[in-house]
Amino acid sequence: MADITLTDLTKSYGPTEVLHHIEGDINDGEFIVIVGPSGCGKSTLLRMVAGLETVTSGEIQIGGKRVNELEPSARDIAMVFQNYALYPHMSVRENMAYGLKIRKLSKDEINRRVEEAADILEIRQYLDRKPRQLSGGQRQRVAMGRAIVRDPQVFLFDEPLSNLDAKLRVQMRLEIRKLQQRLGVTSIYVTHDQVEAMTLGDRLMVLNGGYVEQFGTPIELYDRPASVFVAGFIGSPAMNLIPSQASGGAISLPGGAQVNSATDANGDVLLGLRPEHLTPDENGPVSIDVEMVEQLGANTLLHGTLSGTNHEMVASVAGHDAAASGTQRRFSISPDLVHLFDPQTEKRLNP
Amino acid sequence: MVENRPLADFITHLVLVLGVVAIALPIWITFVAASHDEIRMAQAPLPLWPGDQLWVNLKQTLFGEGLSGTETAPVWLMLFNSLFMALMISLGKIGISLLSAFAIVYFKFPFRMACFWMIFITLMLPVEVRILPTFEVVANLGMLNSYWGLSIPLIASATATFMFRQVFLTVPDEMLESARIDGAGPMRFFWDILLPLSRTNIAALFVILFIFGWNQYLWPLLITTDTSMTTIVMSIKQMLEAAEQSPQWNIIMMTALLAMIPPIFVVISMQKLFVQGLTETDK
Amino acid sequence: MLKRVHFPSSPLPYLLVAPQLAITLIFFIWPASQAMYQSFLIEDAFGLGSEFVWFENFQILWEDSHYHAAFWRTAVFSVLVAALSMGFALILAGFAQRVVRGAMFYRTLLIWPYAIAPVLAGALWVFMFNPTLGILPYFLEFVGVTWNHYLNGGQAMALVILAAAWKQVAYNFLFYLAAMQSIPNSVIEAAAIDGAGPGRRFWTIIFPLISPTTFFLLVINMVYAFFETFGIIHAVTQGGPGSSTTILVYKVFNDGFVGLDLGGSAAQSVILMVLVIAMTVVQFRYVERKVEY
Repeated sequence: MADITLTDLTKSYGPTEVLHHIEGDINDGEFIVIVGPSGCGKSTLLRMVAGLETVTSGEIQIGGKRVNELEPSARDIAMVFQNYALYPHMSVRENMAYGLKIRKLSKDEINRRVEEAADILEIRQYLDRKPRQLSGGQRQRVAMGRAIVRDPQVFLFDEPLSNLDAKLRVQMRLEIRKLQQRLGVTSIYVTHDQVEAMTLGDRLMVLNGGYVEQFGTPIELYDRPASVFVAGFIGSPAMNLIPSQASGGAISLPGGAQVNSATDANGDVLLGLRPEHLTPDENGPVSIDVEMVEQLGANTLLHGTLSGTNHEMVASVAGHDAAASGTQRRFSISPDLVHLFDPQTEKRLNP
Repeated sequence: MVENRPLADFITHLVLVLGVVAIALPIWITFVAASHDEIRMAQAPLPLWPGDQLWVNLKQTLFGEGLSGTETAPVWLMLFNSLFMALMISLGKIGISLLSAFAIVYFKFPFRMACFWMIFITLMLPVEVRILPTFEVVANLGMLNSYWGLSIPLIASATATFMFRQVFLTVPDEMLESARIDGAGPMRFFWDILLPLSRTNIAALFVILFIFGWNQYLWPLLITTDTSMTTIVMSIKQMLEAAEQSPQWNIIMMTALLAMIPPIFVVISMQKLFVQGLTETDK
Repeated sequence: MLKRVHFPSSPLPYLLVAPQLAITLIFFIWPASQAMYQSFLIEDAFGLGSEFVWFENFQILWEDSHYHAAFWRTAVFSVLVAALSMGFALILAGFAQRVVRGAMFYRTLLIWPYAIAPVLAGALWVFMFNPTLGILPYFLEFVGVTWNHYLNGGQAMALVILAAAWKQVAYNFLFYLAAMQSIPNSVIEAAAIDGAGPGRRFWTIIFPLISPTTFFLLVINMVYAFFETFGIIHAVTQGGPGSSTTILVYKVFNDGFVGLDLGGSAAQSVILMVLVIAMTVVQFRYVERKVEY
């Protein structure tokens, strides 16, 4: 078990810097998810922790020890790859035992550990099969088993569920979470899927273009997104963002509507309203011309434009809603659910 | 096929059977010639159906005096020489190419590209175009009339290196990363992961190289003057020359048959691997 | 070209490439550069000394009508060998891919010649065409053709072309069959629904789709005809009668080892090397285009 500290970490390929001054403290036993769009550098960051990429500058510490120069095998980590990277010519048992054999553990110890891991993952009956004889979900378990048997200080996951179908992904997601809680091993998990990130992580590190946009708990990210990027990335459907004017706590939307917010911001702002926070209210200030209705059962999505403008808006209404396209609906919003961002820096304005 | 037309099917099989007959005819005639006695083989028209002298001819060819009027090594020795040379060439080539392809793909080292091009350029230099100077080198090294001289100059062509490089490049990067996390060093990775993963390619290449080695003609002809080092393939030429004086076609064709059976056996028995290796990696 | 991740630098890679590099240097690079150097030398009549003459050997070849003749002979020979063996292989493969069951059976019967050495192919065919005993001259007599390739240069050429092409059919067949089998069935089915019959499908769908293979095989067959057929010529005709079957590679050998004209032979080697390099470059262009897909 160990904590991980990233200090002023950068990575360059030639003259191109792809990761900029990453800072982060990861506590012992914590489950951290690094999330961001493809190409944001999240896999590179993970691979630097693993020792598969060199560190350009800055420092990585695992358990208080600098590991920059250590070989991957000397860092006491285990990694689960996107394509599992199972050795195709070895049986499941051999795959799981390979790292232990290299470390010259005794045969009994290897068998004990492999079987224990196989029991945890319920893959005992597959131990003598080859990877190609297994389904995607089973391979996924073997890849996890290979990580578990090593009893490492840190688990690293590189988009491990992206090759599975949707149903299996949800199931494996829960299992990974349960397993991590049971073993209590510090884990870093990379994904581009915000739902996966929200459900798995104790804390999320949102990366964009090689910068950390925000590092916090899922609820912090949802309630107080630090930037326009995080606001748009976390939550589904995505937050409505409307260029507006602020003056003394009153926000004027294009088209004349006005909402309130406890803010001292003045001038141009980017107003953020989550679709699920728009409450139907016949006297509400926000009016939407409904163009399309999506009935999802538990809730209903109303797509349209802000009345009198052509700003796209989405509202999510609980339960069933018989709104027809072409009608106008009004909504109100609680002042503490209003998000304000600086249109230039795209950083959050209200506390 | 898309539609079911009995006539089209009939024509298809007819053409294929005719093709097979045309391709097989020379081999069949060789087999027939090897199964008759010398007297029958000196009368035109020659037979088209096998006779009963196959075993007699086989025994005489393998262990007998050989062709009258020539001084050749016994055929069994020539077969052994051919086998030894073919194995040395194919195994040697596979061995050194595996190692150098491994170095070129999995290591970053100064002069890596220089090494690659130096090996690669030999793709363009068949032994036939540099035959004289190569002969001189081998002569100066005292390797004439030796198994080393027969095989080593043919070992280092780049085809195999190039092919293994392609194969290694298709091995997912995660294999290496995973192995590194598991703590495997370079040679351990090579033995435990890379070689087992390249098994089928190695086997396919073995077939191709065995045939390449077995069928060498010009090179053995030049560097073996000692009859005890002759290979079966090069002996055919001497036999054809002798045939102009004393046509013992039954023996000559039996020798030819013996010369082609081992490579044919290798090709047919490893057909699947060989075809896979040929059509997927030769390009 | 290189893996994303590699092993840290160490002396190990040098050890790994050392055997191949050593053999390459001693038996490839050095002799090839020797050949190049010798091509600039002319030996005196007694073989005692030699003189550096720059391009005189090449100039002699340039003006040598025998060399010109050998050059064109080689061109005709290789084009005919390639056309004959590829055409035959294309027809067989075209029919074989129509066979649902048994394609492998035909393949097994057709690949034998691949395993047979060119010189043996020559021996087989020279036996079949033996003027006094051979089976084919016996039948040719009935149609009024007197066969004697020992005397008739054209017949000698025909014989070596047949033997060389016969051996190569198997190789071409394998590639054509593999290429045709890799065409998605749905494409063929779509053409059938569009109303194209088997023959039309072959020429308008299959043949264009396998054109990369055709091009690849063309280069391979040319190289084969240039070099590997040496055994056939050497064993069957020795370049004769006269010099009617003397192709370039045989001439290199003959002028060097028999005629002992080292400089001239070396100059011919250099020209051949340039030809091979040109063909290899063309082929690699093709390989690279393949990779892009």
